[in-house]
Amino acid sequence: MPSGKEIRTKIASFQNTKKITKAMEMVAASKMRKAQDRMRAARPYSEKIRRLAANLSAATLSDYRHPFLAKSQPSQDAAAVKGKRVGLILVTTDKGLCGGLNTNILRLVLNAMREWESAGAAQIRVTAIGNKGLGFMQRLGAKVVSEATHLGDTPHLEKLIGPVKIMIDAVHNGELDVVYIAYTRFINTMKQEPVVEQLLPLTGERLGTPEGHWDYLYEPEARVVIDELLVRYVEALIYQAVAENMASEQSARMVAMKSATDNAGNVIKELQLVYNKARQASITKEISEIVGGAAAIAG
Amino acid sequence: MAMTIHVDVVSAEESIFSGLAEFVVLPGEAGELGILPGHMPLMTRIKPGAVRVKLQDGKEELIFVAGGILEVQPGLVTVLADTAIRGKDLDEAKAIEAKKKAEEAMSSRESAMDYARAQAELLEAVAQLAAIQKLRKQTH
Repeated sequence: MPSGKEIRTKIASFQNTKKITKAMEMVAASKMRKAQDRMRAARPYSEKIRRLAANLSAATLSDYRHPFLAKSQPSQDAAAVKGKRVGLILVTTDKGLCGGLNTNILRLVLNAMREWESAGAAQIRVTAIGNKGLGFMQRLGAKVVSEATHLGDTPHLEKLIGPVKIMIDAVHNGELDVVYIAYTRFINTMKQEPVVEQLLPLTGERLGTPEGHWDYLYEPEARVVIDELLVRYVEALIYQAVAENMASEQSARMVAMKSATDNAGNVIKELQLVYNKARQASITKEISEIVGGAAAIAG
Repeated sequence: MAMTIHVDVVSAEESIFSGLAEFVVLPGEAGELGILPGHMPLMTRIKPGAVRVKLQDGKEELIFVAGGILEVQPGLVTVLADTAIRGKDLDEAKAIEAKKKAEEAMSSRESAMDYARAQAELLEAVAQLAAIQKLRKQTH
């Protein structure tokens, strides 16, 4: 039986832990709201650029076929990557303490990579966004071609341009055939879902159907404008993924910290009970000793 | 009532302006563009500078953009504004930086990157100054 003092120190230390997790929970809750707002703020842009890209993909530029636009409908099964060179953009968080968020996405990515390898993918290149994914890929010995870490709480497109350009250029030069993006999709505060999606070539499903056909005037030249537009579209998609990942991160952290706070509360309750019992036992023991002693003297 | 066009100015990080306008002036790549209702469908790059939107009530809205893409449809103007100054050199420099970081190799290629960045910053500052001057003229 631990002594009263030992239990008291234990309780005090759990109370401190509880205070910290409670504070982290509240910080995550306020950051989560902001992250969700940012995620929504990015929607008008991606919606508009998607519409534009859809219009463009429908516009018949007889002689110009952009490498980003799919020649055929992609299939979801892993066998489709046979002999292909695969790029992967992995979006994770920079910091830990957010529940199983990173574990889930990394597990999914690991499975996907194994599948690609066993299906005969010629090569896998990785762009890591976020510290956790970078560390994981380095341990795995994957070919990391670029990285972006320490993004902070606000995703800035500026920090993503460079790392993403390496992937985009590789597709442009024909060094990569297909690029996937892995991130945690935000569904609601309680639910986040890790996904691996095809990013390039752009699928018809992503682009949607064009709303009308316009004969645009291009300035300076159709190719240049289309190139830039598609690069921006891809960047917008990645930005959206990063923004969603951040919203997911904060929600997951809030939930994880809430359960940590609850658990600390439960442990404190149990320890309090043990402490009270120990205290009661020692008092009873003392009384019985006194009574026993008195009886011996009287006897 | 005068003819109007719907104008949307959006960047990847937020929606900046959305509303009806009588006239829009933009810094197109080949020079200033003035767009009135019923303009031909057009798609072009725009330079860093000020987008001037003339509203229905005669007021003007001045928006600074760091470049981007302009799309004109009859009755609709969409400006996809960049949040950062873009340039071939600068993008390249960012890519190099990211790659370098991934390779964890220190090299002396920073000077080229710094030059490109300084150039872009200068361009941005000049464009901002122009926008401020326009604003000043308006208020006086």
